[in-house]
Amino acid sequence: MAYSEQVIDHYENPRNVGKMNDQDDNIGTGMVGAPACGDVMRLQIKVSDDGVIEDAKFKTYGCGSAIASSSLVTEWVKGMTLDQAQELKNTTIAEELALPPVKIHCSVLAEDAIKAAVADYKEKQAKK
Amino acid sequence: MMDITQNYFEFLALPVTYQLDLQALSERSRELQKTLHPDRFSHLSDRERRLSVQYTAYLNEAVATLKNPLSRAQYLLKLEGIDTFSESQVQLDPMFLMQQMELRESLEDIASASDPDADIERLRQTVEQEMKSLREQFDSYYQQSTPSAHEAAAVCVRKMQFIDKLGREIEVLEDQLFDE
Repeated sequence: MAYSEQVIDHYENPRNVGKMNDQDDNIGTGMVGAPACGDVMRLQIKVSDDGVIEDAKFKTYGCGSAIASSSLVTEWVKGMTLDQAQELKNTTIAEELALPPVKIHCSVLAEDAIKAAVADYKEKQAKK
Repeated sequence: MMDITQNYFEFLALPVTYQLDLQALSERSRELQKTLHPDRFSHLSDRERRLSVQYTAYLNEAVATLKNPLSRAQYLLKLEGIDTFSESQVQLDPMFLMQQMELRESLEDIASASDPDADIERLRQTVEQEMKSLREQFDSYYQQSTPSAHEAAAVCVRKMQFIDKLGREIEVLEDQLFDE
């Protein structure tokens, strides 16, 4: 199966790979996995006091489409509010990367990851 | 007469259990193969020959599925109506995912380690122990055979799928290091 140019671009030059301290109060961490293929994805956001995502990092162990989906999401969510980030839909990701039907689940994984990161951040704030 | 509407266990006349007697499996498989040998069908009609090809395919599939501890577990759950193989939307234990992430990270670091062989060996042992413990957990849940125990067994299988992937990644890395 051929990957689209957009997927190859993100796969070869992934944006924002890395890790932020998940103990920090202003960091939200989303950890998700796809049991069917064994892919694991970690997506983190750094949120400013007024609720805007300042930075995002990811690390994905999986296929090219999973890497590209998470790379794209970290690019997109920078500058978004938490609400906007939570609204992000996997279909938008899949469309941008021209994912074939068998790879749609990779974009679902990225959507789940950003949602989990936002939820983790909110949970931390509620505990404060 | 063979019947491919039977499940793999029935087809091979073996008890439906996770702790499968692998020797019995290969014996039954050999017996069936003998009766399916193409030479025995040379005098038969096209239809019968076609059937024998079908039986052989089903037999090979059955043996391959039951032999492997992970696919055997997946198949047992499938018989209970739980498909762990193609599902994509499931909640996973965050601690487990965290651990998987760390294991993948340590695998990634091995390529640049001073003694990659020792590190690979250590990681492989971790994978084997984890697999063994998950297999035991799976079996004990599966034997309880209630819907909630089957769900717990499915959780074990999903974890095995991640560990299995890690095991294959280790093999890939070994091949790469060996080639250099």
